[in-house]
Amino acid sequence: MRLKKKKKADPEIPTSALPDIIFMLLFFFMVSTVLRETELLVDVKLPKATQIEKIEKKSLVSYIYIGAPQPKYQDKYGTEPRIQMNDVIIQPRQVQRLVLKEKDKLKEEADQIIMSLKVDKDAKMGIVIDVREQLRDADALRVNYSSSKPNSEL
Amino acid sequence: MARKKRETAGVNASSMADIAFLLLIFFLVTTTIASDKGLNVLLPPKNSDQKQDVEINKRNVYSILINSNNELLIEDKPGRIGQIKRDIKKHVRNYGKDPNFSDSPDAAVVSIKTDRGTTYEVYLAVLDRVRAGYHEIRADYIGEIAGRTITVDHYLEIAQQKTEEHRIWYEAARKKFPMRISDAEPSDGKAIAK
Repeated sequence: MRLKKKKKADPEIPTSALPDIIFMLLFFFMVSTVLRETELLVDVKLPKATQIEKIEKKSLVSYIYIGAPQPKYQDKYGTEPRIQMNDVIIQPRQVQRLVLKEKDKLKEEADQIIMSLKVDKDAKMGIVIDVREQLRDADALRVNYSSSKPNSEL
Repeated sequence: MARKKRETAGVNASSMADIAFLLLIFFLVTTTIASDKGLNVLLPPKNSDQKQDVEINKRNVYSILINSNNELLIEDKPGRIGQIKRDIKKHVRNYGKDPNFSDSPDAAVVSIKTDRGTTYEVYLAVLDRVRAGYHEIRADYIGEIAGRTITVDHYLEIAQQKTEEHRIWYEAARKKFPMRISDAEPSDGKAIAK
């Protein structure tokens, strides 16, 4: 008796579940990431630190960026580190007013505002000290010096 | 004549994966992973009418000076970033033994004075080392309470105070070893951050 050889199955990977997998990835990224709300006008390369703590309540956080203006804005703002808050480059003395505005937005949680200082590692302390004094004037005392873990690049 | 059986209506889903891929790539490009991490500090409140110039015994102050060339002067001697953590641990847990260091953890103050020309990166590295020292002390202390070894990474997790146990531990450690790091202003007065 001659055995009829079974035809070998096509060695193809079933791809019917691919869309589902991709969608899962998509949802993961949608949930775990936040859209960048502000366009950065200054270059900020965060310094590294080991004793890093996370900020728990995102809703309480306002950001101040300090760094040298990006190349395309250097005609307008120069090359020295500047302060950016909410899409605009500001002077140190304007910080207090803008922080108070941010505090107003938080209503009853105003005194819990956390200022996240994203300062370029090559910036000088002078500008940081100025901002710090302004924050004290505005009574926004919780500050987070944003920094990255030694092994990550972000 | 036999009627052909109707085919069940189905949407062609073969390009679904492509569409999902496109969306995925869009989100990958336009978003940044939230990186709200850093060193939490509490600035001293501003009270202009009563200028506090608390007299602090010199032995209780561990002073770090950073000049505009990013050179360190630690306790009036040229120093390195590498020595800070060890010094802090010695300073805070001295309990009056060494006359150059503090009387008690309560009294110990760390003063970091920067010049306006100091690079931010150096300041933050120093602050990071100081906090590393404190965190190790607190981690040890919590380890004593908990009866097992607590690493600094573990301590940082405890400091988030997610559970009641962690909250109690953290409060106890904070009370025992208050972190008093002062950012001395180059020009006017002293400011103590708790």
